[in-house]
Amino acid sequence: MSRGRESLWWVLLSVLLASVLTVVAVPESIRVLRPFWLALIVVYWCIEAPERFGIGFAFALGLLQDVLVGTLLGEHAFRLAIIGFIVLRFRSRLRFFPMWQQALAVAALLLNDRFVVLLLRAIAGEFAIDWRYWLAPLVGAALWPWVFLLLDDLRARGRPREP
Amino acid sequence: MPFYSAEATPRFSEGASGSLRLLAYLGLAAALMATDLRSGALHRFRTFAATLVQPLHAVATAPLQLARRAREATAERAGLVAANAELRQQLLFAQAKLNRLAIVQEQNSRLRALLDARQKLGLRVQLAELIDVDLDPYRHRILINQGLRHGVFVGEAVIDANGVVGQVLEVADEQATVILISDPGHAVPVRVQRTGLRVIAYGTGDAQRIELPHVPFSADIKAGDVLVTSGIGGRFPPGLPVATVYEVLSDDSATFAVAQARPLAGFVHASELLLVSDEMLALAPLPAAEVAPELVGPPSGLRTPAPTEAPQ
Repeated sequence: MSRGRESLWWVLLSVLLASVLTVVAVPESIRVLRPFWLALIVVYWCIEAPERFGIGFAFALGLLQDVLVGTLLGEHAFRLAIIGFIVLRFRSRLRFFPMWQQALAVAALLLNDRFVVLLLRAIAGEFAIDWRYWLAPLVGAALWPWVFLLLDDLRARGRPREP
Repeated sequence: MPFYSAEATPRFSEGASGSLRLLAYLGLAAALMATDLRSGALHRFRTFAATLVQPLHAVATAPLQLARRAREATAERAGLVAANAELRQQLLFAQAKLNRLAIVQEQNSRLRALLDARQKLGLRVQLAELIDVDLDPYRHRILINQGLRHGVFVGEAVIDANGVVGQVLEVADEQATVILISDPGHAVPVRVQRTGLRVIAYGTGDAQRIELPHVPFSADIKAGDVLVTSGIGGRFPPGLPVATVYEVLSDDSATFAVAQARPLAGFVHASELLLVSDEMLALAPLPAAEVAPELVGPPSGLRTPAPTEAPQ
């Protein structure tokens, strides 16, 4: 019971941190490289605690980002629900992948997400991209090991305090 | 089912129920998107939600603001003096220009009166500051620090010192989202200043380029032409500078010309913006009422000798 509460705090903290990172200003030239932070958070929690954080959790985070960055309501929810679903489906394998394989899997997930965005925005209206559009997933995948280790470490540190 | 324990059951039905749940959520998301795109039903919710996430935006801008404040506090005196002198000079030039403009405007209104044209109403101008957060890099949106509380409304034009920036798309309590004229989903009705040719300028998704498709080959438009808002559509007050044409090409079908123009506003560097709107007729005092007493009454230099006549 107390463990459940402890991990809820970490979830909240990670979500807040990721949403701030989503909107924090960076120089114009690297703006397009910004990874899909909330997707990384969804992947992490769906792998670690799938019984509590599933598609519904991903959907809610998506709505949060929709409001945060002013996209069409439901767009990020759609994208994150797909990511959450795929992670849950392959969770048993993903969990025991070595880190580099996990990062590759995340890259594939995020690339797939890019196609989903293309589809959604093509339906919703005009949308102009350039080649740098495809770089963000790679940045996300490169950051994945660090995100994973950081969250794991924080959780491990937090645990002993609660008996 | 005595064979299945409580824990084991979900494992068998996981596949089917998982897919169903995904479909349900995707359906919900699609419905939300369609509603948001096609109707204003979610408008209230959006305003409310945007107000809720304001603190997150504030947190995201905090480090940058701190850095800026620190730089301001430790700025060199000499640098400040130099900047001040330069600004003074600029102000002087601007003032001189303004004085000349005032004469022209006065002349203009006299001529308009002669022509019996509709009186042009004033502009309501409001200062806004850019909130330093990055929204989606493929949608050209910015956030400003004026909202419902300051009387900002959807559709209000946003300009900077050089030209049109965009228009207000969404208003929260203390901030508003602005769509830039470079967004691929945005169009602004413009007029070529030199010839009066009316065209529509579309955003391209490139901050340095807007496009004027379907210009007849016979139309007089060339590189260097300045585009100003035409006022058609009622969103943008007429006469605001928008962009300069730098290239006129033929389109793919070779039946129309396409002009490329560079926006005058500095989207990337501007941090101070102006919200402009045509003053509503109902809000402004009727010009006739102000003018009438002067016309009817005696000229201000003369006085009627009424008090001295009274004792007699």
